[in-house]
Amino acid sequence: MSWIENRFEEGLIITSLDWAINWGRRSSIWPMTFGLACCAIEMMAFGASRFDIDRFGAGAFRASPRQADLMIVAGTVTFKMASRVKRLYNQMPEPKYVMAMGACTVGGGPYFKQGYHVVKGVDLIVPVDIYVPGCPPRPETLMEGLMRLQDKIKNQTLARDRWLSAKDEALETATTV
Amino acid sequence: MAPEEIANILKDKFGNKITGSNFETAHPHVLVEAKSWLEVARFLKEDPGLTFNLLRSISAVDMLEDDELIAVYDLCACRPGDRETDMCAFDEFCVKVKVPRNNPHIPSVANIWSAADWHEREAYDLMGIVFDEHPDSVMGVEGRHPRRILCPDDWDGYPLRKDYRFPMEYHGIPAVTEYEQTRPVH
Amino acid sequence: MKTDAVDIVLESQPDINVELNGSQIQHDLPTEEMLVNMGPQHPATHGVLRIVLRTDGEMVLEAVPHIGYLHRCAEKIGETVAPYQYIPYTDRMDYLAGMNNNLGFALAVEKLTGLEQEISKRATYIRIIFAELNRIASHLVAFGTYGLDIGAITPFLYAFREREYILDLFESACGARLTYSYITIGGVTDDLPDKFVEICSEFLDYFEPKVKEYNNLLSHNHIFVKRTADIGVITGEEALDYGLTGPVLRGSGVRWDLRKVRPHCSYDEFEFDVPVGQGLKGTVGDCWDRYIVRIQEMEQSVKIIRQALEKLRGTEGQDVLHKKGKTIKLPDDDIYFEIENPRGQLGFYVQGNGAAIPARVKARGPSFCNLCVTDKVCRDVLLADVAAIIGSLDVVMGEVDR
Repeated sequence: MSWIENRFEEGLIITSLDWAINWGRRSSIWPMTFGLACCAIEMMAFGASRFDIDRFGAGAFRASPRQADLMIVAGTVTFKMASRVKRLYNQMPEPKYVMAMGACTVGGGPYFKQGYHVVKGVDLIVPVDIYVPGCPPRPETLMEGLMRLQDKIKNQTLARDRWLSAKDEALETATTV
Repeated sequence: MAPEEIANILKDKFGNKITGSNFETAHPHVLVEAKSWLEVARFLKEDPGLTFNLLRSISAVDMLEDDELIAVYDLCACRPGDRETDMCAFDEFCVKVKVPRNNPHIPSVANIWSAADWHEREAYDLMGIVFDEHPDSVMGVEGRHPRRILCPDDWDGYPLRKDYRFPMEYHGIPAVTEYEQTRPVH
Repeated sequence: MKTDAVDIVLESQPDINVELNGSQIQHDLPTEEMLVNMGPQHPATHGVLRIVLRTDGEMVLEAVPHIGYLHRCAEKIGETVAPYQYIPYTDRMDYLAGMNNNLGFALAVEKLTGLEQEISKRATYIRIIFAELNRIASHLVAFGTYGLDIGAITPFLYAFREREYILDLFESACGARLTYSYITIGGVTDDLPDKFVEICSEFLDYFEPKVKEYNNLLSHNHIFVKRTADIGVITGEEALDYGLTGPVLRGSGVRWDLRKVRPHCSYDEFEFDVPVGQGLKGTVGDCWDRYIVRIQEMEQSVKIIRQALEKLRGTEGQDVLHKKGKTIKLPDDDIYFEIENPRGQLGFYVQGNGAAIPARVKARGPSFCNLCVTDKVCRDVLLADVAAIIGSLDVVMGEVDR
């Protein structure tokens, strides 16, 4: 989307486009099958019969990061796994989102104090959009996290950031003076 | 078969290579000296009266006060049972091997029980007991040792030892820990 | 022998023409060996297992498993907390069978401290009910995900439908869906909720015919049988040599179940069979045998739960949690105790030194030992069969790496 993103001021055309694009993006968040530990079972339960992730358009679990929009880091990240998590994140195409599912990925969880081999929070490795706490979070909690992510996507815009451009202009004038 | 009987068979066969025994505990065991463990193990597996064919677990224990490491071998015999139920008979036994903490070397039994392969690698990885002649060995600074299994290959130290110092970072990722390193020393 | 990924030297095919019975056989174009990295992020490896495959075309010449991507230092943590506080960590080892793990650790500590005589009958029966319910839930996941590995998506949805009912039962008793900490040292944390017995027997009535449905859906499915029969054969002797236990060992035709041969937790009062692999669709000890043993075990678990519910009737009012459980002091002694987990023999080695906190806790995960046979079985098989073999071993990585 780089041909249109961050180029125009907010206006009727851009906001209408925003609405359409964000509707498309938030209604078809394709997660990656990235089960690490216990939370993966709850993620599977969320995908299965009773909770049915498909209602949110997010049921197409992709095995390849190249086809995924959302990485649900479900389970403890260890030092041995950390480089792989980072590589998988880098392999995902933009726009990409990361959900830290469970206490371990939020901040070490029960392994915080004595876990010599545990990364204390996945945000030390990749940027995180949504934190879903719980050990493990119930599928309802994960549902809530998914809806918060949809809210986040809803508020995205293609328009130029006014504050950012004002800051750029101010910096430019400062250098010319 | 009671553990005392098995211990008596072993004592008759190997004499003073069996350095001790304890049957008054919840975990009856005999102590075998490290350098003759291989032949005792082969006898335990292959003797028709014993046939301990299932190695259940190798637990490595760090005794910091006694300055020694203990490898606890838990064995189990699965013999074809009686005709009616076709259920196998159960028998268990335990052997402990003590080695000094600064030079822990035990002969590998991976050729006797294939199950020992991963257990020995784990014991080396977490406790630093070197199993000589292990089939999956690599060359290290202090000679050949089993390959690490749980921690990464470039991991420093043996985490389950009592005097292990927790890492402060690993490949640039901070390991925030409230362990003694981060505590102020007075 | 086993080599790391970097150590393997790629060799080209040495000779194209092989002399056999005096005649020259013209082979196809020479193929080159290739290293394929399967995992740690792979949908068919049940978690974060990495297998380095040396392949020649479609054939797998060697498969070296690399584990430790979920090493969560549970054994180190065991040396810093009291046994009562360690129960939640055992949940997270084998997260598909939390109740059984709780039971294993609780029994080991009780046996070490001599508390086991003082557990009330009611607590014991409640423990058995929940352990067996969890065995069903765990085997359901094994059944569902095995279908996924082979390429059938429907069994997964069927399995999780029934599993949710069991989780509802667990939730009514302890409030958690996955990590229960319900069975604890000294009994169980709470008595059964109202009407549990009725709801549980209702579930059993509902569940029993479902097993037949699973058999129609997957077990005797022609494609499924073709994918699993005669694949990954493990003989009984090999299985014992590699320390395999549980359905993997029983699938190889060895009738060995700790609930029968050395009954813990008064399992000797119950009547049930131990199903073993018969080689109905192929050789004894193939993937299909290991799979069908799990399905048959679900039926036996239903049988055990029915008897336990029956025995529970006369025990109302008994104390289900012993007071000493929380304040227990471990003697200067050690113990190694095993119970039968859905995946095999789960052992705990606990060493005390007179204090409340143990000096050493070691868990012997059945999946850890079951996985080490991969190296032996995944040799000269097709690439697609590797997923079938790993799935039939039913490993849980949380327990392999602990």
